[in-house]
Amino acid sequence: MAELLAVRGLRVDFVTDRGPAQVLDGINLDIAPGEVVGLVGESGCGKTTLARAILGILPATAARIRGGEVRFKGTDLLREDPRVVNDHVRGRAITFIPQDPFTSFSPVFSVGTQIMDLMKWKSPLAGSRPAALFGRYPRDRRRADHDAVLETLRAVQMPEPARTLRRLPHEFSGGQRQRLMIAMALLPRPELIIADEPTTALDVTIQAQILRTLRALVKERGVSVLFTTHDLGTAHEVCDRVVVMYAGQEMEAAPTEAFFRRPAHPYTRRLLDSVPGPSGELRDIPGEVPSLVAPPPGCRFHPRCDYATAECRLDRPAARLLAAGHGVRCHHPVDGESTRETGARGVSARAEP
Amino acid sequence: MSAPWFVLTRLARDRSALVGLLLIALLVVCALAAPFLATHPDDVFELHPAERLRAPSGAHWLGTDRMGADVYSRLLFGARITIVIGLIAVGASLVLGVPIGLVAGYYHGWFSDLLMRVSDIFLAVPQVVLAIAIAQTLGPSLPNVILALSVTYWPWFARVVYAETRALQKEVFVESTAALGASAWRLTVLHVLPNIASPIIVRASIGMGFTILTAAALGFLGLGPPPPTPEWGRTIAESREFLPDAWWYAAAPGLAIFLTVMGFNLLGDGLRDVLDPRLRRSRTARDG
Amino acid sequence: MRLLALLLRRLIWFVPTLLGLLAVTFVISRVIPADPVALVAGETATPAQVEALRRQLGFDRPLPVQFADYVARLVRGDMGTSIFTRRPIVEDLTHRLPATIELTLAAMVVSVLVGIPLGVLSALWRNSILDHALRIVTVSGLAIASFWLGIMLQLLFAMRLGWTPLNGRLQGFPPRPITGFYLLDAALTWDWSTFGGALLHLALPAATLAFPALATLVRFTRAGVLDVMQSNFVLYERAMGLPRPLIVWKYILRSALTSTVTQIGLLFGILLAGAVVTEAVFDWPGIGTYAVNSIVRSDYNAVMGFTVWAGAIFIVVNLLVDIAHTVVDPRERAT
Repeated sequence: MAELLAVRGLRVDFVTDRGPAQVLDGINLDIAPGEVVGLVGESGCGKTTLARAILGILPATAARIRGGEVRFKGTDLLREDPRVVNDHVRGRAITFIPQDPFTSFSPVFSVGTQIMDLMKWKSPLAGSRPAALFGRYPRDRRRADHDAVLETLRAVQMPEPARTLRRLPHEFSGGQRQRLMIAMALLPRPELIIADEPTTALDVTIQAQILRTLRALVKERGVSVLFTTHDLGTAHEVCDRVVVMYAGQEMEAAPTEAFFRRPAHPYTRRLLDSVPGPSGELRDIPGEVPSLVAPPPGCRFHPRCDYATAECRLDRPAARLLAAGHGVRCHHPVDGESTRETGARGVSARAEP
Repeated sequence: MSAPWFVLTRLARDRSALVGLLLIALLVVCALAAPFLATHPDDVFELHPAERLRAPSGAHWLGTDRMGADVYSRLLFGARITIVIGLIAVGASLVLGVPIGLVAGYYHGWFSDLLMRVSDIFLAVPQVVLAIAIAQTLGPSLPNVILALSVTYWPWFARVVYAETRALQKEVFVESTAALGASAWRLTVLHVLPNIASPIIVRASIGMGFTILTAAALGFLGLGPPPPTPEWGRTIAESREFLPDAWWYAAAPGLAIFLTVMGFNLLGDGLRDVLDPRLRRSRTARDG
Repeated sequence: MRLLALLLRRLIWFVPTLLGLLAVTFVISRVIPADPVALVAGETATPAQVEALRRQLGFDRPLPVQFADYVARLVRGDMGTSIFTRRPIVEDLTHRLPATIELTLAAMVVSVLVGIPLGVLSALWRNSILDHALRIVTVSGLAIASFWLGIMLQLLFAMRLGWTPLNGRLQGFPPRPITGFYLLDAALTWDWSTFGGALLHLALPAATLAFPALATLVRFTRAGVLDVMQSNFVLYERAMGLPRPLIVWKYILRSALTSTVTQIGLLFGILLAGAVVTEAVFDWPGIGTYAVNSIVRSDYNAVMGFTVWAGAIFIVVNLLVDIAHTVVDPRERAT
């Protein structure tokens, strides 16, 4: 199935005062080449942790990888030599767009310095030289890189690219800084970009523009993106496929259309229902996000699920394929069109303690 | 009040702060119980020239000095002097500096600026130098040393209190309380003072270490209490001409100074870690 | 521009602060002692001789007049004459200044070159043996009495081991005076034996002076680096696989240093203060010993001169630190 990225059974614990919190519980995730995959979930569901685990930048002291694999083009990044991963994968084949553009630049160096430092080590023209503090930067390559930088800055619609390089990060707005981040993520010519809630910190009015720019560019270059967000609207805008996470487990994965039209997982349905409708009514999901130190057994959503049975409390559901590319982990997937689309009254909310 | 208890339990978990506390306790014990712990308590005043400059032995645990007096015993009595100087000097600086800082911080305008400029003047010259000048002018004695140190250390308290008071004024709860019509005094006593207590405590502890070092320097230069007072700094100065042979004569008082100041520094650091911003945050939350 | 406004504000306060300092020292030296003139004249002087001296020194005029006169002379660059050396005080100070500066600079260079990298390593290898060892050094650094440390170093290295001379700045003839700094002058005139001698003489006093400064620098650098390591931009650089040495020594250190630079400025002040006592221990012919000797000999004009000089230096240093801080942190500059 030539997946670009295949995460299998990844389990990550975080160390807390009250014992290990099982932040990721055997997660599976696939990303095909050239595909934009949205990872959707409430805050605390583990999507950032998953993004960081793939990049390999989990805090060494606080996080512990308990098992599973992260296969990138066949190689398990978790078991590969860390230096090789750092030199050849990170910043080259897999790049990163962070959530907060306001603090992701060093405030004391110019934008140009920071981008050119990146190009010095990660430019597609660099070849495979091992990293060191005083590497050589041949003049002709530097010039070629510089041109590529200017071209990419124009592609992300930064006005006056040459002047931009001379300025300091704080002289730019959030939206502009995020465009710079997008440019930096594209310059090494990666195969996969991990974008961790890239528009959350931005003004609503700017979000759509940035998303459109990002999608246009990655589609043009055939780059895959793992796009985490808690906003369903964003996922709908940008993604080819959507994966829903809840409390460290993936619940459903489907192509965008199918996801929004025929959601099969009760949680997905609830999520879609909780978005304010045309008449403005808001339907919350009753209950609370579970504690990860002592998570509910079986399917972690069962305490809040209308359809939960004994089976749900005992066994974590296996992944089931409902249609082409539409997988769900549920003992009782829901049939039929989403009530959102048809406007019909949904399932009556039976209070579940 | 749960706050002091909270502080103590937190402090107890900090190992280096506990070490600091231990050292300070040791100092206090030595000072208080000097007459009982000393092997030759009369050596503070008596001379035994026949026994001068003896190496450490069973009779004289840390040897004897140039007058034949027991170094160990004089060291213990020196602890008294150290504590007295430290406590009174820091206490006086506090009493002088805190109100000045409060007034300067509370009011705005030329008077406030003037007060802080005056404190800047005192800070413009290194404390040691000014203390030396004052002590020399007044003559070498214990009260003069304390005076010199108090006069030069108060700006540190004033500064800290000034900064905290100004910062607190911006806090919402102070504004709202004032808006509700609380008088200035009430505001100060009930709200400002408890919040500046922690920085003052931290500064006092660190100030003890600082002051003791400066006092020792004054003693070393001959500006401290005159002989036969067994002040540690002066003892070191006396020992110089007998080096390298009578090394214990110089090493012992220096080590005593080191352990004492270290104790106060460790405690001060520990207090700072515990008190600073945590206590303040919990207080404003309760008041707000 | 912000920098200009800052400079202006500081300069305006410079003069009043200095005047205030002068007033304080003036009052202390003239008002408090019973009779400074009698002290100067000595115990064997007759009352008539004391009076004559008083008139000669101008101490019989009202205080404010004396003060105004002093300030007027100061503006003309005249600090008066030292009662002891019988030379103009300005001359005395200028003559002894290079020695103190050389010592202070040497101590600062040592503490910066050693302290900052150690601080970085201490933060990187947190809780390692190096870190714990450095913690002990840092804490002791601020608890050891400088003069005692100097004496102990003398005991060990000069007396017992004989590796360095005991005190003084140089034995034998000083190098040809170009800058007044022995090391520099010796190097410039290719006088390497003098260079070696001067270096050995400088070793112990500089080490003594540097120790507390080093301790502070290690501490602050460590705290700064630990703080910056949590930043989002460091996370970003790690996520993009930038080489670790680049991240640490270029990006982290640079951000951590913005606070350290201010520390270095303040350090200079602390070092200058420490120099007074250190010079006394090592018989270093600098301004510190001059000040102490003047105080001990009741040479009030000299004490005043020293205080003026020291105060002015401090205020200038503080100003430079503020400027440096603004330069180093470009965010301040750009607004």
